Amino acid sequence: MAQMGLRIARALQPVAQPVLALAATLAVAAALLALGGHSPADAFGALVQGAFGSWNRFLSFTLVQATPLLLTGLAVAVAFRAGAWNIGAEGQLLAGALAGVALAISWPEASALVLLAATFAAAAAGGAAWALVPIAMKTRMGVGEVITTLLMNFVALFLAQFLVQGPLRESRGVFNMTDEIPAAAQLAPLFPGTRLHAGFLVGLLLAGGLWLYMSRTPGGFRVRVAGASPRAAVASGRFDPARVVRWSFLASGAIAGLAGWIQVAGVTGRMYEGLSPGWGYTAIAVALLARLHPGAIVISAVVFGALGAGGGAMQRDAGVPEAWVRGTEALLILALLAVDRGFRAASKGDS
Amino acid sequence: MADVGVFASFLAAAAGLAIPLALAALGETVSERAGVINIGLEGSVIWGALGGAMAGLAAGPYAGLAGGAIAGTAAALLFGLFAVGLNTNQIITGTAVTIGSLGFTGAVFQSRFGATGLALELKTVPSWKLPLLSEVPLLGPVLFDRAPTFYVVYLLAPALWWFLFRTRWGLALRSVGEAPDAAHAAGIGVIRTRMLAVLFGGFMAGLAGAHLCLVHTGTFSENMSAGKGFIAVAVVVLGRWNPPGVLAAACFFGAAEALQYVLQAANADLPYPLFLALPYVLSLAALAGWFGRSRAPATLALPWPR
Repeated sequence: MAQMGLRIARALQPVAQPVLALAATLAVAAALLALGGHSPADAFGALVQGAFGSWNRFLSFTLVQATPLLLTGLAVAVAFRAGAWNIGAEGQLLAGALAGVALAISWPEASALVLLAATFAAAAAGGAAWALVPIAMKTRMGVGEVITTLLMNFVALFLAQFLVQGPLRESRGVFNMTDEIPAAAQLAPLFPGTRLHAGFLVGLLLAGGLWLYMSRTPGGFRVRVAGASPRAAVASGRFDPARVVRWSFLASGAIAGLAGWIQVAGVTGRMYEGLSPGWGYTAIAVALLARLHPGAIVISAVVFGALGAGGGAMQRDAGVPEAWVRGTEALLILALLAVDRGFRAASKGDS
Repeated sequence: MADVGVFASFLAAAAGLAIPLALAALGETVSERAGVINIGLEGSVIWGALGGAMAGLAAGPYAGLAGGAIAGTAAALLFGLFAVGLNTNQIITGTAVTIGSLGFTGAVFQSRFGATGLALELKTVPSWKLPLLSEVPLLGPVLFDRAPTFYVVYLLAPALWWFLFRTRWGLALRSVGEAPDAAHAAGIGVIRTRMLAVLFGGFMAGLAGAHLCLVHTGTFSENMSAGKGFIAVAVVVLGRWNPPGVLAAACFFGAAEALQYVLQAANADLPYPLFLALPYVLSLAALAGWFGRSRAPATLALPWPR
């Protein structure tokens, strides 16, 4: 019986951990809200109402916000799985958006299909190029990727500022943003009357593809081995883990780049410096909540999309500053880390 | 004569921008020498700025410096409880502390001072004019007629070098970063050493944050740390985990940042954002070109016990 119970507990562990962490986060957030003189019930009520209050709110706000988080979450997971600490999804996202926009507005005569393929390729290449500097510095000079990806985020932000204020500034010359991209480059809404666009489907397909790749193919197996135990990989003599890490890092940058372009093509239609409110950083929480599992990242992205979408409503209807949402994200990461430690200690005690 | 004036103002700006980085980076040097990389340093800087502003408002600029240092230490305590106490991943923990700190300082600031963002006016820390030294032409007023946080840096860089490389305590701390198992076998408290090192890092980063609002700007604004904590981590690498080198690297970065003022004065047509990017590009280039001969502490970012 006891063994049976243990087996059930093991099987449920991947679900139990995130649920437990979410519950702990809600409890701490409620306590902090009360401490800050807000009513937790009002705040959560407004948040849930804002995120799930109607179909249109769910599709047009929660899922629209979830889309860049889904893509950057996948990007982070691919890198982390291989043991590459890519904290640079934010910069790679901006680089991808810039590359896509630059191509789209300079090539208005292209047909829709060609432009779609070309802009996606440009965005992926832009994101990958932004990851290339940290990759080269890691493999050639042994400089850790954490610092270099962080620094590249700032370079991307200032590059975006420079481009939208200068060379790519709209032809009216009023605001610091690019011209609107041609209609042929824009992603169609999925349901008439909502803002949800085809980019969400791209994210779902990518999640499914990565899930299959990671769990069912030799390539995916190599990524997991390279991340979990590079020494075992070297000892096996079958493949070079450093090579696998490089390619995973590059793929991570490409996916983050896509996230940026999809946001422009599906939502804003233009590039401006404040395109991302920090999705590349939130993506780390998204990936961790899903325990780096590509399928679970879909759910995790929706959770964080709801936080983002509900945050605005929380500020408007309950008077709780939106900054709370970011704080809560951090609490969730810490709760996940602590719960993971707790489970590990418990399973050590069993054996 | 005008050139001398431009040069002097460049030096003054460079020193002013280098000091907060040096404060935070000197603290992080100690933490990394003990084997802990704290990306949450950015969080300590922003809490230091808010704590400094609030304590400064209540009890004057010197109390503000103390309040900032305490607030920065508190953020580092949270990081340390997880990354050292629970042995969680240092990079992820640090990222979480930074994200949370930027969020919650914003929330606290808005609920305390209102969301309208009326500019806060803080009394700044007065300069301490050192006799004789401040009379030195050019460098005197730039270096020796400044706020006390400057003198903390001047004294701390050599003192930390001496501590790390010439005392038994420093040797113990470095052994915790290089070979924690051996240090443990020799009776050194690895967890305790790492925790103290992290707290010292938070203390210094908090002081850096307080410097930002009580010396540099005279106000607080949300996200005013603006990546200074991250840059400080890069400065530690540039300075090769050696306090005098770290001070030199902070000066290099401060100079790169100050360059924008000079170049802008010289040619107003050049685009502003590119100047803002310059320090980051330069430090990437410096990391790439300069790094070869040095090595990080052996167990940096690794949990212990394994």
